[in-house]
Amino acid sequence: MEKFTTLLSPAVPLWEENVDTDQIIPARFLKATSREGFGDHLFKDWRFDEQGHEKPDFVLNNPNYSGSILVAGENFGCGSSREHAAWALVDYGFKAVISSYFADIFKGNALNNGLLPVQVSREVLQQLLDGVEKEAMTVIEIDLEEQVLKVGDLGIEEHFEINSYKKMCLLNGYDDIDFLLSKKEQIKAFENNHIEF
Amino acid sequence: MGKTLFEKVWDKHVVQEVDGGQEILFIDRHFIHEVTSPQAFDGIRKRGIDLYDKHRIVATADHNVPTKDQHLPIADTLSRLQVDMLSQNCQDFGVELYGLGHENQGIVHVIGPELGVTKPGMTIVCGDSHTSTHGAFGAIAFGIGTSQVEQVMASQCLLVQRPKTMRITIDGELGQGIYSKDIILYIISKLSTSGGTGYFVEYAGSAIRSLSMEARMTICNMSIEMGARGGMIAPDQTTFDYVKGRAYAPNDRWDEALEYWSTLYSDDDAVFDQEFVFRAEDIEPMITYGTNPGMGMGITQRIPTTDEVERPENLLKSLEYMGLEEGSSLLEMPIDHVFIGSCTNSRIEDLRIVADYVKGKKKSDSIQAFIVPGSKQVEAQARKEGLHDILSEAGFELRGPGCSACLGMNEDKIPKMEYCVSTSNRNYEGRQGPGARTLLVSPLTAAVIAVEGKIVDPRNYMNKEVVA
Repeated sequence: MEKFTTLLSPAVPLWEENVDTDQIIPARFLKATSREGFGDHLFKDWRFDEQGHEKPDFVLNNPNYSGSILVAGENFGCGSSREHAAWALVDYGFKAVISSYFADIFKGNALNNGLLPVQVSREVLQQLLDGVEKEAMTVIEIDLEEQVLKVGDLGIEEHFEINSYKKMCLLNGYDDIDFLLSKKEQIKAFENNHIEF
Repeated sequence: MGKTLFEKVWDKHVVQEVDGGQEILFIDRHFIHEVTSPQAFDGIRKRGIDLYDKHRIVATADHNVPTKDQHLPIADTLSRLQVDMLSQNCQDFGVELYGLGHENQGIVHVIGPELGVTKPGMTIVCGDSHTSTHGAFGAIAFGIGTSQVEQVMASQCLLVQRPKTMRITIDGELGQGIYSKDIILYIISKLSTSGGTGYFVEYAGSAIRSLSMEARMTICNMSIEMGARGGMIAPDQTTFDYVKGRAYAPNDRWDEALEYWSTLYSDDDAVFDQEFVFRAEDIEPMITYGTNPGMGMGITQRIPTTDEVERPENLLKSLEYMGLEEGSSLLEMPIDHVFIGSCTNSRIEDLRIVADYVKGKKKSDSIQAFIVPGSKQVEAQARKEGLHDILSEAGFELRGPGCSACLGMNEDKIPKMEYCVSTSNRNYEGRQGPGARTLLVSPLTAAVIAVEGKIVDPRNYMNKEVVA
């Protein structure tokens, strides 16, 4: 996993709320057996029409907006557990998603792929969406070490929460499996006393 | 202070607490399928390690299998490669596989319980959000991403944050023609699609206790649709009777198992982080009108207006996609497709409800109706009971088991802008195919609509014998 320390980038504003993982990556694109290439199908049916032409109204097709931060409406990533949603966002080039609320499984999947979910208040989210939409080159700074999101142009300096273990993993590029493999003896000992039917 | 059911089961599985409040949770059973496992097997290979315990894994092919001509090679190349890769991976690592053509094959959340793999007090995971289904047995069961599938393969554990607890109590008696699907659609319509985020839910109350295991599974299945990690129901005699005698049941240690399972309930003085209480009498046959499962209503109700909702823009966007008007009724609206299937409602009891209603009737000519049983065992049982004949005489197309049109991953898709009344679990944009419009209902409501060709209140069409 790639390390995440500080990110400075303009952002893409996605106003939709309750964006489910079927929108992020529709099921018909889940047939691949590797983790790569899903970015081409990110938000497929919002991004492209049936002939495969870009839909001009969708924000990812608006050349004014770019960057590795997605600012999205409340309850981002609900629905299916498909990690392909996180892979698609990462493959497309996003490194962080900002929202006022993330669905549990998506949040875990994102963290396991070096994609930082930054949860802010509804008010700050509104400010960010408004600000980024009006001024596409607004730069957002995410400092993971300090757990601070800063937008100088908008006068925003917000603390965000992240689990301290997950933070350590992201800062160092570690993953959970390395950690769990180091606990194998404890796990075996637990299993020996574990009653199950 | 007493413990909740959730806490009793969770605490028995904590290997160790780690920094940041995470816990190492031991996982008893791991279900895998073809879509979310290949990258995990790949990871295991790259690390040069073996599975922690292959005997704790059960595999099946369900998401991406065709439901027609299952005896033939899969026509779609990518699908075939994915299903073949599951077979190869299971062979390489020695994992028990109920693949296409096997008599135990089926939707992972249908076969787990019917084989007796799913049991009270267990921790169960699968790379599928509807793993919450297994909570109906008093297990802690939840969906995980592929990185976590790899974690469990490697260590039989997950690093997880303990969720908060919520209890939803439904007391009273359900009215005629109201099923567990209506209960859960009702709950989600009250709590919204994110109302359960961060929680693990226990369903309780007399209306829940009166339900069969199949009906309980339908409720727990859709816990994720309100954002909850999972849902569970305390095991009781109904649970024990269902498990007894099944292939993986602890039949040789039954009394011992029963003694333990009988301790799995929330103590009287247990405290939940959040509680909701609803009355069964308030629940009507439910139907969704929007593009997430929280956008549901009683079938005789009207779609809300923009004045009545907190986020009018969300409502308008959904209704535009659905081709529906704010403030309107859905009654009498013509429908194009009826799909009966999915891990929510494809069990034998669901097929019996549909067959009971359509016996001697014909589906409407204007409707395409198809039924996809949850498993080969459900299919075989339906044949044995003569349900197949009843359903095909009524004009329903009967398919082989799989996830099918619930997620539109294989060729079973609903065409653009057409309406599908579906017993599945998600009505998201494009879920059943690009541009498809989904309305979620119970199997009985779906059956009545299939016959009438339009949306009607099933209570006005009840067969006398179904009422009992």
